[in-house]
Amino acid sequence: MSEAKAFAMTCPLPLSDHPRIKMAHGGGGRMMQGLIEDVFFAAFGNPVLRSGHDGAVLDLPQGQPVMTTDSYVVRPLFFPGGDIGALAVHGTVNDLAMCGARPLYLSASFILEEGLETATLWRVVQSMRAAADATGIQIVTGDTKVVERGHGDGIYINTTGVGVIEHEIQIRPDRIKKDDLIIVSGDIGRHGMAVMGAREELAFTPPIESDCAPLWNTVADMLDAGIDIHCLRDATRGGLCAVLNELAQSSGLQFDVVESDIPLAANVRGACEVLGLDALQVACEGRFVAMVPKSDAERALEIMKVQNGSSSVIGRVTDGEAGLVTLQTAIGGRRILDMPAGELLPRIC
Amino acid sequence: MKYIDEYRDPEAARKTAAAIAKTVTRPWTIMEVCGGQTHAIVRFGIQDLLPDAVELVHGPGCPVCVTPLEMVDKAIEIAARDEVIFCSFGDMLRVPGSEKDLLTVRAEGGDVRSVYTPLDTLKIATDNPDKQVVFFAVGFETTAPANAMAVHRAKEKGLENFSVLASHVLVPPAIEAILSSPDNRVQGFLAAGHVCAVMGTAAYAPLAEKYQVPIVVTGFEPLDILQGIHRCICQLEEGRAEVENQYERAVRDAGNVGAQALISKVFRLIPRKWRGIGEIAASGWTLSDAYADFDAERRFDLADMEVAEPENCISGLVLRGLEKPADCPAFGKQCTPDHPLGATMVSGEGACAAYYRYRKDRAHE
Amino acid sequence: MCLAVPGEIISIEGDDALSRSGQVRFGDVMREVCLAFVPEAVLGNYVLVHAGIAISVLDEDAAQRTFRALEEIE
Repeated sequence: MSEAKAFAMTCPLPLSDHPRIKMAHGGGGRMMQGLIEDVFFAAFGNPVLRSGHDGAVLDLPQGQPVMTTDSYVVRPLFFPGGDIGALAVHGTVNDLAMCGARPLYLSASFILEEGLETATLWRVVQSMRAAADATGIQIVTGDTKVVERGHGDGIYINTTGVGVIEHEIQIRPDRIKKDDLIIVSGDIGRHGMAVMGAREELAFTPPIESDCAPLWNTVADMLDAGIDIHCLRDATRGGLCAVLNELAQSSGLQFDVVESDIPLAANVRGACEVLGLDALQVACEGRFVAMVPKSDAERALEIMKVQNGSSSVIGRVTDGEAGLVTLQTAIGGRRILDMPAGELLPRIC
Repeated sequence: MKYIDEYRDPEAARKTAAAIAKTVTRPWTIMEVCGGQTHAIVRFGIQDLLPDAVELVHGPGCPVCVTPLEMVDKAIEIAARDEVIFCSFGDMLRVPGSEKDLLTVRAEGGDVRSVYTPLDTLKIATDNPDKQVVFFAVGFETTAPANAMAVHRAKEKGLENFSVLASHVLVPPAIEAILSSPDNRVQGFLAAGHVCAVMGTAAYAPLAEKYQVPIVVTGFEPLDILQGIHRCICQLEEGRAEVENQYERAVRDAGNVGAQALISKVFRLIPRKWRGIGEIAASGWTLSDAYADFDAERRFDLADMEVAEPENCISGLVLRGLEKPADCPAFGKQCTPDHPLGATMVSGEGACAAYYRYRKDRAHE
Repeated sequence: MCLAVPGEIISIEGDDALSRSGQVRFGDVMREVCLAFVPEAVLGNYVLVHAGIAISVLDEDAAQRTFRALEEIE
């Protein structure tokens, strides 16, 4: 059986001895060493990690190195379609992919709350391993701290990623040009609804699953096909609306999108209608927006459709008002898509 | 989604808008009362499809905008207490009280939870017997059946740790207050379709008659609103002042009799202060004597409130259609969706927030 | 005020009128909805749901009339 499957079947940490994380697990002594070896090394196991240095000495292939970092504080820790561990890996790996960099290595730093069930930590760490395997990256260094009960949300994770750009295509907001087409890589709004639905009062049947997923393979295929990608950005908090606003602002251009072209799954749509939420503002996790010249759009779309059949061209770039994002509505009217402000709350009015 | 998609058909929208344009011969001012209709107008860009001669004024139909400041402050005071789990519809969490909002209370450690239905708060109360669960029961008549059912069930179950802060408001008195104001500019109304689904349409004929204004009971999808506007314009052009029901697939003249029965058991009529407008007689509901035990205002010893709105907030005038948001000196400057001075800028369908979005669009044209 | 959404009744339970509830489908998802105020509603009916409560049964004939009016509009 595969190595991944083998390690998943037995948790080497003697749970009966340490069913919960204690302050001493972050104390630098024997208990912390035990945690590191029995949980982190066991799950992430690779020679670089096991060498136990203060830092990871990396073998970087030829190309421009890229680094990115992100912290993950999602509550609840587990939700339909994912968990904080998968997010922590995919999220950072995807940020590298959005720069056009092949993801190689990740660091993983944990802030654990005293009293966290060790079995929960094990589940999260297994999930990180599975996510890492899915993109072929290695987790090569990390850190562990424990904070007093009440001072953390169970687990906070920071991951920093290193990748390398192995091609000549410049992928940056200032490369976005008038007449570029805007393509979204799949249906939107899943992740936010999945996390919201983990709260019993806001849940639907069947549960909506997060779209948490790795994006590098699609980007790699687009680069291999020679698509002249101008810009990529993955949609996370604030959803599609936030991404469009950010890019419109950074590029100083106007984006015009068409509501009926934006892919939305029937379950996400139903839940958003009932709770009064704007699906365009609901968080995604495994979705990105690509800005490509018109001539490359059809080929780009074909490649993106391989990962998700609902990928769609949703609009275009114009040289109207800098930073403005407009939406042609379902009935042919027009409205401005403002940067989302604050928390998304169900409404009744 | 059935009963939704058909009412968002772009071709039918174009045709109806064209019919409106063909019918108008002079400017008219129409008010849609309900915040949900304002939301649809903004969301679908309906104003874009209308001829300039038709002016839509957004009325006081949003509980976010009209819940009295004192009530918001009381909610904040209750929510801040250690023993309380404070539950509310999401809309109310961002409404500014005199000093802060409920989200700030949550940031400061209060247990503040948004719910979709008040019925879920009963389970929260059963699951947390050592806490006081309080529900912020705001809304127009549409929400009264849900709120009444929650209180009624709490009484049946003998839930002692459950109470509601009741702040219902009623639409017909608000319409009358607007129409009876000497500087009223509104010539026709789109009545709130979901309010009428509950309460029926009887309350509007006397208003149409007394003030000689057409009142069209209207739904919430874009085609409903366009059709409602068209019918209103037809009446105005023909000099009629009748009550019409555009939303007949959901609204019967008698309304929902069962819901009305429970409402009259659980609630009683009182005068209500409307934020920005002032007190309107017989315009609110609070808990009836039979359910008084569940009234949070009685259960919690609340201090008398000295409330003060920011001086430069004109949301009351905006809510009555007397001023446009752009007329307010603070609009877009001290007062923006990120730093709202008054409720009409907080709510997504508050007139000021809606205008804030249009303003960028208009400036661009 | 009044975000109410039409959904199809998929199941009904509860004998007592005031405790009647059911699963209602919106698009591809379902939620439990209180059906106490629509005693006449049966499986397959569409109801208007606001804050977890069905406040009205949608009348297909009336909907058809609305459509005809929209189609005949000049």
